[in-house]
Amino acid sequence: MKRVLIVGATSAIATACARLWAEQGAEFFLVARNSEKLEQTRSDLLARGAKVVTSYTMDVTDFSGHAEMVEQCRAALQQIDIALIAHGTLPNQRACEQDVETALSEFAINGTSVISLLTLLAKQFETQHCGTLAVISSVAGDRGRPSNYLYGTAKAAVSTFCEGLRARLYKVGVHVIDIKPGFVDTPMTQGLPLPAQLVVKPEQIAKRIVKGIENKTNVLYTPGFWKAIMLIIKLVPQFVFKKTNL
Amino acid sequence: MSAPLYSWGRYPDAPQTAHSCHWQSELPSLLTELANTHGSTLPYGNGRSYGDSCLAASSQALHMRSLDRFIHVDWQRGIVQAEAGVTLAEILTLAIPHGWFLSVTPGTQFVTLGGAIANDVHGKNHHVRGTFGNHVRCFGLIRQGQGMLNCSPDENPDLYAATIGGLGLTGIIAWSEIQLMPIRSSQIDSSVVRFSNLAEFFTLSAELDHQHEYSVAWIDCLAKGVNAGRGVFIVGDHAPYGSLEVDARAKREVPLTPPISLINNLSLRAFNEAYWRSHPLQHTFKRSSYDTFFYPLDGLLHWNRIYGRKGFQQYQCVIPDAAAEAATKELLRVIAESGQGSFLAVLKRCGNIASPGLMSFPLPGTSLALDFPQKASLAALFVRLDDIVRKAGGRLYPAKDAHMSGVDFRQAYPAWEKLEALRDPTLMSCFWKRVIT
Repeated sequence: MKRVLIVGATSAIATACARLWAEQGAEFFLVARNSEKLEQTRSDLLARGAKVVTSYTMDVTDFSGHAEMVEQCRAALQQIDIALIAHGTLPNQRACEQDVETALSEFAINGTSVISLLTLLAKQFETQHCGTLAVISSVAGDRGRPSNYLYGTAKAAVSTFCEGLRARLYKVGVHVIDIKPGFVDTPMTQGLPLPAQLVVKPEQIAKRIVKGIENKTNVLYTPGFWKAIMLIIKLVPQFVFKKTNL
Repeated sequence: MSAPLYSWGRYPDAPQTAHSCHWQSELPSLLTELANTHGSTLPYGNGRSYGDSCLAASSQALHMRSLDRFIHVDWQRGIVQAEAGVTLAEILTLAIPHGWFLSVTPGTQFVTLGGAIANDVHGKNHHVRGTFGNHVRCFGLIRQGQGMLNCSPDENPDLYAATIGGLGLTGIIAWSEIQLMPIRSSQIDSSVVRFSNLAEFFTLSAELDHQHEYSVAWIDCLAKGVNAGRGVFIVGDHAPYGSLEVDARAKREVPLTPPISLINNLSLRAFNEAYWRSHPLQHTFKRSSYDTFFYPLDGLLHWNRIYGRKGFQQYQCVIPDAAAEAATKELLRVIAESGQGSFLAVLKRCGNIASPGLMSFPLPGTSLALDFPQKASLAALFVRLDDIVRKAGGRLYPAKDAHMSGVDFRQAYPAWEKLEALRDPTLMSCFWKRVIT
């Protein structure tokens, strides 16, 4: 039976993953900002077979609350088998260009808060010598694209952080998986003019994430074809890339 | 961003823009916003209604499928409370291992809870359990400017009655609580026997229906002359012992929509002949899993694509008992003569259990349902069929319909005025617009 911490538990991808673990009778510690949505998610997972679900309301930008949350989680679950960090926003790039405060606060949600949580969780995982830290970053972190580079920068920071953390924790038996979803049909992407053929349901993403965690994959592109797409995009030389509007 | 939504028959060709709802708390504001921007909207579940009853008149649909959380389950009493976008398949997945089954299930498990209520669907056990609405304990209905209203036989009873079979027009069903039925096994003990004409069907039905939970018949809609009205009679019951297993069939998929229908007179005649002959002359018993018994077509995802880009229409009518045999015979004669139709021709005796819904389709009598690839000549055929149904005092099923006239509808469903009076003015479907004016 798995014991799972999810930060950003009401997000569509997190919910889809949680349902798969709930079927196996997992025990959960769910963290999210909106207590009403959190309660609805909790009831859903209990009905779907979760053994115990503890909910915890927290805003990830309240950095001072992170340590207390990790402590409460440890007390509830004893051992954390999987910590899924799934929270995030999709910033308005134009607004981030106009206002420093907006840019930095978006960076705090998508970047710094993840680094803070992972730092605290790493200490816990180091003592237990097992478990997986699963972090949802994004294909957007692979390159700084003019249309979305603040988000990309934060996700790149998270991915680089994960790479270092993985190498550190590998030695003590803890795994770190960096999950890079492409376009997913979630409330976060609602209304965006994305190409319909490339957009997938969160349930499809979740299946791959759960499998990736079991297989101890290091970096998981999901759906898999994004690995090829990003490989090509990464190969575009700067003098060409700067002329694009990607 | 999301792909456009269609009805299951892909006819009429009226693509819908999807406005997804992910949380119950968003529903009131989303409803107001859509009404203000587009005039009206309509809740859309999983797109299993065949005709235009699930299509918003404004082409702006409120997509409910993402509202798919369970709220509370009670495995002692077999009660499930869930959001409206949960599918019956998802309910079965949870309920079967605990020894519960849907009290009433239609021929596909891919409908949503909200859709099952809005169309007051029925199944092979109508003669013993009535419609889906007979097992709906209560639901939450969101109406423009009124917030969430709890509806049950005791609370807001008018809205409760109008919403069951109310085609999604009385408000947005946000969640519902339903009563399940206990089972000891997920297997079905079934018995099949073929019959060579309609008279035999009615004899078999009179003899067997009351002895079995489930009863249905397949009929060869192309057979003429001495073979007219031949078919296969199927009865079934939940096995008294066996395992409780959830459908784990590997699903296949029709990967794309061919330019023309794969169902034509030639392929159909060959199929019907072979299918009829493959069934025994004597009663044959067998045990099958619930999914192959109830949902044979769910194993082939997107099967509606085989009808090609033009889509198809289903014709489903119910004829009151007194006129059932004669009218069904006449319907089959006209259909066979036209040479149109498909292998999905289903005959079923409905019972006399009244639904709590105002606008429920079934009535004590015989229901005939069959699919037709869409083509121009269908209109003339449907005029002839409608004539027979009208004279026999029968009616058509709005959930399947894309053609019935307003006059026929209003004649067959006199409660329509009550529904219209209780309709939320921000909700309007292509179907409703067509039949009430």
